[in-house]
Amino acid sequence: MKKGRQTYVLDKKVYIAHTASIAGVDEGKGRLRDFFDYVIDESEFGCKSHEKAEIKLRKHAIESLLKSAEVSAADVDAIIGGDLLNQLVPSGFSAREFDVPFCGLYSACATFGQSLATGAILLSGGAERVICCTSSHFATAERQYRFPLELGTQPPPTAQWTVTGVGCAMLTSARPKFKCPKITSFTLGKVIDMGLDDPNNMGAAMAPAAHDTITAHLKERGVGADYYDLIVTGDLGKLGRELLCTMLEQECGAIKDRVNDCGCMIFKDRQKCGLGGSGAGCSSLVFCSYLYKTMMSGGLKRILFVPTGAMLSKDSSLQGESIPAIAHAVAIEI
Amino acid sequence: MDKKEYGELVKQATPKTKEGKTLLLAFAIGGIICMAGQGVSDALTALIPSFDEKTISALTGVVMIFIGSLLTGLGVYDKLGYYAGAGSVLPITGFANSIVSPAIEYNKEGIVFGLMAKMFSIAGPVIVSGVSASVAIGIVYYIIGLFA
Amino acid sequence: MEIFLTYLKVFLVGGAVCATGQLLINKTRMTSARVLVTFLLAGALLEAVGLFGYIEEFGKAGITIPITGFGKSLAAGAIEGAKKGLYDACIGGLASVAAGLTAAIAFGFVIALISKSKPKST
Repeated sequence: MKKGRQTYVLDKKVYIAHTASIAGVDEGKGRLRDFFDYVIDESEFGCKSHEKAEIKLRKHAIESLLKSAEVSAADVDAIIGGDLLNQLVPSGFSAREFDVPFCGLYSACATFGQSLATGAILLSGGAERVICCTSSHFATAERQYRFPLELGTQPPPTAQWTVTGVGCAMLTSARPKFKCPKITSFTLGKVIDMGLDDPNNMGAAMAPAAHDTITAHLKERGVGADYYDLIVTGDLGKLGRELLCTMLEQECGAIKDRVNDCGCMIFKDRQKCGLGGSGAGCSSLVFCSYLYKTMMSGGLKRILFVPTGAMLSKDSSLQGESIPAIAHAVAIEI
Repeated sequence: MDKKEYGELVKQATPKTKEGKTLLLAFAIGGIICMAGQGVSDALTALIPSFDEKTISALTGVVMIFIGSLLTGLGVYDKLGYYAGAGSVLPITGFANSIVSPAIEYNKEGIVFGLMAKMFSIAGPVIVSGVSASVAIGIVYYIIGLFA
Repeated sequence: MEIFLTYLKVFLVGGAVCATGQLLINKTRMTSARVLVTFLLAGALLEAVGLFGYIEEFGKAGITIPITGFGKSLAAGAIEGAKKGLYDACIGGLASVAAGLTAAIAFGFVIALISKSKPKST
C-alpha cells in the first residue's frame, strides 16, 4: 500500500528467511569476522582475474544460500541484484549458472536496498521465493573507478575502501518454521545532488540522499526516529555519518547513538581503509552477516536499513559533473 | 539546507590532509631517490669513463627507469607510493611506474588490446605534452636564430 | 667531504622538488598524471629560458632525476636542433629522450608480461 510520495507499507508479509555472506581477505580481518559465513583467503579466489573472482564469489554465495534454505534453484522465482561494474557483469554472468529468471538492478552502492524493495514487490505480486544478491570487489572497483593497483598513489584523507564481498538474502512469502525478520515497508529514494564534485569524498556526497530518504520515510510512515532500534546506512563512512547525524539532529534531536553505518562497522580502526568501507557489497555483506544474525538472536528488533549510493562514473567526473546520490530505505522488523 | 550551506558544512567537517607528515615524507623519499640517481650516475662515470656527460645522464635515466619498472612488477612501488606521495611520483622511477602499472593491470585483456594499448593510459599525457612543448620550443628557438 | 656535500645538495633539491609536488597534490587534489605533466613542462620551460643549468649545477640529480629532468632533455634537444634547422628543431626533443623512452617501453613491456598484479590490502 502506497503511503505518501515515496513509501510503501507491505500488506503481505515478506520474510527474510535465509542469508549467505562471503567476505574478502581484509574484511575477514575486520570487526565482523565472526559473523561471515565464509572468508576467502586470496583476492582472486582461484580465478584468472578479479572480475572472474567476483562472478565466482556471487555463484558460491547463491549456492550456499540455496543449500542453507534447503531448496533447489527450480524453487526460486527470481534472482535480483547488482554490482558496481559496467553492464553488471558479475551479476549477469553469475546468474547464467542458475536456471532462474534474473533481474539486474543498479543504484550504485544502494543496490541492495533497491533489491530488497524490488524483491518485496515481486513477492507482493505472487512470487514465493526471491534471492537478492549484491556484491563488490576492491580490485574490480579500483580498475573501473580509479587507477591500476600497482600505481603508487596516496589516497586522500576522505577516501574509502571498496569492500570485497557478497551478501545475499532469500525473501519468502511463506512463513518459515522459525522466527525471522520481515520487511514491513520501504521508501524509494530520490536522486539528490548537493553539488559536491570530489569523487574521493563520496560519504559527503551521499549523506544528503540518506537524510532525504530517512526523513521522508519517517514522515510518510508516521513514526519517530525512536521507533527503530538502529538506523543503519550503507557506506557513508565516518565523515558521511557525521554529516548525516548533524542534518538529522535538526528534525529528530540527538540521534547519534542510534545511527550507524555499515562502512564504519566493517573494518577495524587500525586497518588502512580511509574513512570506512564502501561498495555495493558493503551494505549487503554487513546486513547478511552481522545485522541479520543480531536480529535473529534478539539483539535488534527494528532497523531502518538505508543503503546509500553515488551514481557517478569515472567519465562523469572528468566531464565536470557533480555527484548525484541515492538512498533507499527498507524497514526490517522481527 | 541548500547547496551552499551544505558545502560549508562539508568543508568544516572534512578531515584535513596531514600537511606536515605528507610533505616531510615526500621530501625525504624524493630526496633519497634522487641521491640514488646521483649514485647511479657517479658509478656509471667511474665504470665507463669514455662516455660523455650526456650519455651518462641518459644511461642514468635508463637505469632508474629499470629500477622503477622492476619495483612496480614486484608490487613494491605502490606500497612506497602510499607513504611517499609526490616523493615517488615525480622521480623518473614514478614515470616508469605509471607506464608499467596499467600494462600489468590490463595484461588480462590480452597483449595487444590490453597490455600494449593501455600502457600509456596514464603516462600518455606526459609524453604528448612533453614532445609538443619541445617542438614549440624548437620552433621558437629556430625563429629567434633566424634573426640573431 | 665534498662528496658528502654533493649528495646533501642532491637530497635537498630533490626533496624540495618532491615536496612542492606534494603541496600541489594536497592543495589542489591533482592526480599523479597531472603532477607529472606540470613538472615536466616546468622543467622544459626552465631550460628554455636558460635557468635549468644553474639549478642543475647546484642540485645535480636532485633536479634531473625528477620528471623535470625529462622536460629539460626535451627542451635542450630542441634548442640544440634549432641550431641546425627547422627539421632538427622539431625532432631534437624526442631524439634526446630516445634512450629513456625506449627503456620505459621495453622494460615496461617485458616486466608487465612476466609479472602478475599483486593484491592490495588495508
